[in-house]
Parts: sequence; structure tokens; C-alpha cells
Amino acid sequence: MRKKLFTLLTVIALAAGLLSGCSSSSKADDTDGGEEETAAQTLTVADPDYYTRFKGKGISINVYNWGEYISTGADEGTLDVNAEFEKLTGIKVNYTNYATNEELYAKLKGGGAAYDVIIPSDYMISKMIKEKLVQPLDMGNIPNFKYIMDNFRGQAYDPGDEYSVPYTWGTVGIIYDTTMVDIPPEEIDWDLLWNEDYADQILMFDNPRDAFAIAELMLGYSLNTEDSEELEQAAFKLRQQKHIVQGYVMDEVFDKMEAGDALIAPYYAGDALTILEGNEDLDFVVPKSGTNLFIDAMCIPASARQKEAAEMYINFMCEPDIAYANIDYICYSTPHQAAYDMLDDEVKNSHVSYPDSEFIAEKTTVFVNLSDDANAQMQKLWTEMKSAEDENSNRWLMPTFLVICILIIVFVLVRRHIKNKKDIF
Amino acid sequence: MKLKYFSAPYLVWMVVFILVPLLMIAVFAFTNDDGGLTIKHISDVGQYANIFVRSIWLSLVATAICLVVAYPIAFILSRMDKHKQGTMLMIVMLPMWMNFLLRTYAWMTLLGNNGIINHLFGLVGLGPYKLINTSGAVVLGMVYNYLPFMILPLYSVMEKIDKSLFEAASDLGCSSASVLLRVIIPLSVPGITSGITMVFVPAISTFIISRMLGGGSNLLIGDLIEMQFLGNSYNPHLGAAISLVLMVIILVIMTVMNQFDPDDQVLM
Repeated sequence: MRKKLFTLLTVIALAAGLLSGCSSSSKADDTDGGEEETAAQTLTVADPDYYTRFKGKGISINVYNWGEYISTGADEGTLDVNAEFEKLTGIKVNYTNYATNEELYAKLKGGGAAYDVIIPSDYMISKMIKEKLVQPLDMGNIPNFKYIMDNFRGQAYDPGDEYSVPYTWGTVGIIYDTTMVDIPPEEIDWDLLWNEDYADQILMFDNPRDAFAIAELMLGYSLNTEDSEELEQAAFKLRQQKHIVQGYVMDEVFDKMEAGDALIAPYYAGDALTILEGNEDLDFVVPKSGTNLFIDAMCIPASARQKEAAEMYINFMCEPDIAYANIDYICYSTPHQAAYDMLDDEVKNSHVSYPDSEFIAEKTTVFVNLSDDANAQMQKLWTEMKSAEDENSNRWLMPTFLVICILIIVFVLVRRHIKNKKDIF
Repeated sequence: MKLKYFSAPYLVWMVVFILVPLLMIAVFAFTNDDGGLTIKHISDVGQYANIFVRSIWLSLVATAICLVVAYPIAFILSRMDKHKQGTMLMIVMLPMWMNFLLRTYAWMTLLGNNGIINHLFGLVGLGPYKLINTSGAVVLGMVYNYLPFMILPLYSVMEKIDKSLFEAASDLGCSSASVLLRVIIPLSVPGITSGITMVFVPAISTFIISRMLGGGSNLLIGDLIEMQFLGNSYNPHLGAAISLVLMVIILVIMTVMNQFDPDDQVLM
């Protein structure tokens, strides 16, 4: 989901000749995965006529997506989704990336940028719907919506499925080093992140929403709570954890966990699979007490210039072959029934990518947007929590600074005085 | 008079891309969402005083270290053979050819608990030490990234000092210590002030260094401003207010700095 530094990582990994790519199979049989992929993925669409309407009209659409979030054909035998779309429809795709939902929001809110297709996450979609930054879709142009599984329809962020078509989903869990953490996986829960035995070996989310969610899960609050008291309790919980946290990070997790710099880190399931491939000692669990389920869905901004072409693109992304190619490449979980059916049994039965539906229904919560007040309070508590000083450094920092300031001022005044005296002669 | 016309392109540039944005920051800082005048955002900045203090303190330390390290290097450089100077200058500049982000990223791997430095310590039976995610690592990142900005102005000023001045001072009975104190340092003051400006100003407003090397718990002003725009809550007014306060602080510090300059020229 957050791929800010992922591109950079890829460059580094490439340089080291370590890039193995993210195949759909687990780390245990990497070699099998390689062989499967040599059978080139091919594309068949249900209704070719639908896609050729705009051929030769020189239309182009601007697609704005997360980094590393589409099949690019970089691995041999996989589809280059955007190129296939251009070939089929004659519509040019201008494809650009963003790293966070907030970056996307700031771009749209600031105006000036015209995107036709965007893929924000759940809570951001509800915020954008509320602020009328996205427009309703004409589902008549997106017949492939029929493939979307029932349990991903009518989500709280978009109850009527009017504005968004789910693209991927995933859960948040804990990545840990099995050689150093001797707790059986079925007993691992969020309190592992507060375990003093692993002081300074724990990484934590560097964004308030995900970090607060973990604290709220432990305290038994709703992940979408706006209650000021509960938010403060959650912040207090996070503050208790601070002294054993090695660092607050996002995509640095990839590097740090693979290198063994930290033992425990909460992260998104799809990215966790990529990390597991880089270090055999690591494993990933989704705590049984519950977790956050995130859904990234395709939307059309209100400022879009090519709405019909954008809907065509969304429909194309929901073609079974395309949806499979994407999900196979990015390792997240798919809400697309046909693409799911195409996956290897091993992936389908993986508890990481596809926890059983009972768990999803009862123990997971999807974020919805919080009110402005709650967001502002969360941000403030988060900043306070992060900037709270250790007691020992607080004592000398301020006085030293003041003394230095005073010394400089005195020095300047004295110098001025001497200079002025000299000038008299 | 005619010469004035040639400055027109820059004048337009300055108005459109410097003056107008600055005014917009000021407007944003003093207004509400609905456009009403308010000083609420400015007074809200007060609650982040400790972040300001930390930023100023860390960048002052980094600037001081840069000065101490760069001064002898710049002096030695300026006294070298002309053709050697070119090569040495290139070596000083070399890290700057690499992307800033990548350079900082490399330090993450070096300083990590299982990083190369701790690995070397481990070979001689020491450590591992906690190197990364400390304020020391942030200062290190600042020094590493901004050192060339200190060396270059110092070098260009020192290069112009005539060697015969040192000889004359020695002839007239100066010890080498007083040559340094009474000739070299006074003559290189313009280089010192502009070097300090060029290191201190970017250091105080940096944000990615503290994120990558400070582990997210050594927040600096830059991080704080970034959080207002790309964080959980989109708050451009508070962000603008923090930027404005930061600018005023830099202005004050620079004015103090300029008192040391013999010509009282503005180096901003």
C-alpha cells in the first residue's frame, strides 16, 4: 500500500543482483514459481467491440496509482497491462505514481491536476465522496463489476457501490523473526509490539491512522472511533510503547526486516509476502484478536476529462485475465472472483493472503473517514507522542540553547561598541 | 540605465516564484478555511516549541561540526598546487553528484544494528551500539550532506588571500597561532558567514534526514510542516504558519550572523 521507497529499494536490489521479483508462490518453492511464469499470460476479453469505440480518436487518459501496483510485464511472461489497454482500445495511458493517500488528496484538493482514474484506499474514498472530489460511476459502462465478490460490495466507505470498484485488499499483521521470537505463532497478538523483552527490536507504523488502529485494537475500541477520550487513551498506549520502539517507519520496513535490523514489525499483508521472500527467518501472522482490513478501489475524480474512457479502463482492469495478471504481480489479495479462481491452490489457501471469511466478517474492520476534528486530534496526539523528549535530554537542551543565544547577543553588542569607539578617531 | 532591462527576466521570475508564494504563505498563515483573519494558527505553533528547539539545536551542532571540519580542509585546499586543487575540489563535490535520498539511504544500512559499522565493531568484540534512530545520527546525516556547502565558500575566499600576507605577518613577529587568529580568520570571515548560512538554513528545514536516520522519533520542523500537508489531517494554514515562524527565526539568526561580517553585507 505504501510504496514510497519501494522503487528505490528495487534499484538497490537490482544493483545487488538480488531482485527475485514477487511470484505468487511462497518462499518454500520459489523455483516452481519461476517455471509457472514461463507459460506466458495471454489476454482474452469478453467483449472486444466494447473496447474499440474510441479507436483512432487520439484520446488519452491520466491514471494515477500507487507505485508498484500494476503488472508492468517486467517479469518475463507477464502482461504489461497499460500497453495491452493501449493496443486494444487505442487510448493512450499516462501512468503516474503516488506514495500515500494523503499525497493523492493534496494533489486533487489543490486542483490543477487532471486525473481520470485514481486508486485510493477505503477511508480516503469516503472522504473524497464527502468532499465531492470523486464522481459517481456509470455502472452500465463497467459490466465487469459482476466479478467483484459479494463481501467486497457495499462497504461502509461507499455503501451503494456508486463511486468505486474494488481493486485489491489486504490485512495488517505482524512480521517477526522466528529464530529470535520464541512464541508460537497462534499465540502472537498485538501485545507482542509492547513486549519489553524485545526492546529496541520493534518497528512501528509511521502514520497515525495505522498506529492508532493497533492501539485501539488492544484497548478494544472501534478502529473508527471519534471519541476524544478513546483517542487519548490510544495515544497514551502508544506513548507507553515508545521507549521500546526502534523506529517509526513505513517502507523502510523492507530493508530493515530483510537485513535483520529489527525483529518485529506490523505491516500490510501484501508487502509482508514480498519481505518474507527476502529473509527465510521471517514469518507473518494476522493476530487473532482482529485487525484492520484495507481495500483499495478505483475511482474517477470529479475533475476527470475522459469519464467514459476512464470507465473503460476500470472495466479493463476487471477483465479476469488482467485482474489475475495484476494480482499475480503485486501479491495483494483480490476481490475479483474470476481472478481468485485462477490462483494456485497454495495462494488461495494461504492464511496470509486469504484469511477465512468468518475471520474477515467478525474480526476485521475497514477504515472509514474520520471527522475533521477527530483527524486533527489524532494528528496532534501523534505529533505530541512522537516529539515527547526523553527526560534526560530535555534538561540541558533548552538552557544550553538560551545561554548560547545570550552569549552571541552579548558578543555582538560588545563588538559593536568597540567598533563605534574606533570610528570616532 | 539600459542594463536594467536585462534583469527583467529574473525580476519576473522573482515576483512570480518567490514573492507571490511568500505572500501566499503569509496569507494562509493568517486566515481560516473560510477566509477570515485569525492569529489562531500562529499561536498554535507554540505547542511545537520543543520541536523548534530541537531543530535549531541539531542544526547548530551540525553547522558547528561542519565549520570545524571544513575550515582546515578549505585552508589546505587553497594552499595546494593549482592543478591538484581541481582534483581535490572534485573529490569534495563527488558525493553531491549522487542523489541526496540515496546518500542518506546508504547511511541507514551503514548505521543499522546489523549494519557494516556495528559488524566491524563486532569483529573486535565491541558493540553492537545503537547508532541509528538517535539524534546523533541525524546530525551525522546533516554534516555528511551539507559539508561541501561549507567547504566551497570557505575555499573560494581563502584562495584569494595572498600568501605574502602570511609572510609579512611572520616577518613582523607573529607566531603561527597569531597568523591564524589575526590574519587568516579575519580575512576569511565572509566565507565563514556564507558557509554557515548555506549549511544552517537547509539543515534547519530538512525533513527526510530525520525520518530516515532519526527513526521518526526525532521530529524536526521540516517533518512537522510535511505532516500538515501530507499527514493524517490536511492543514495548510497551520503548515503555512509554521513555515512563517521558521522563516522569522532564520531571519533573526541570519541578522545576528551578519553582525560579524565587516562589510555588513546581506548574505541571504
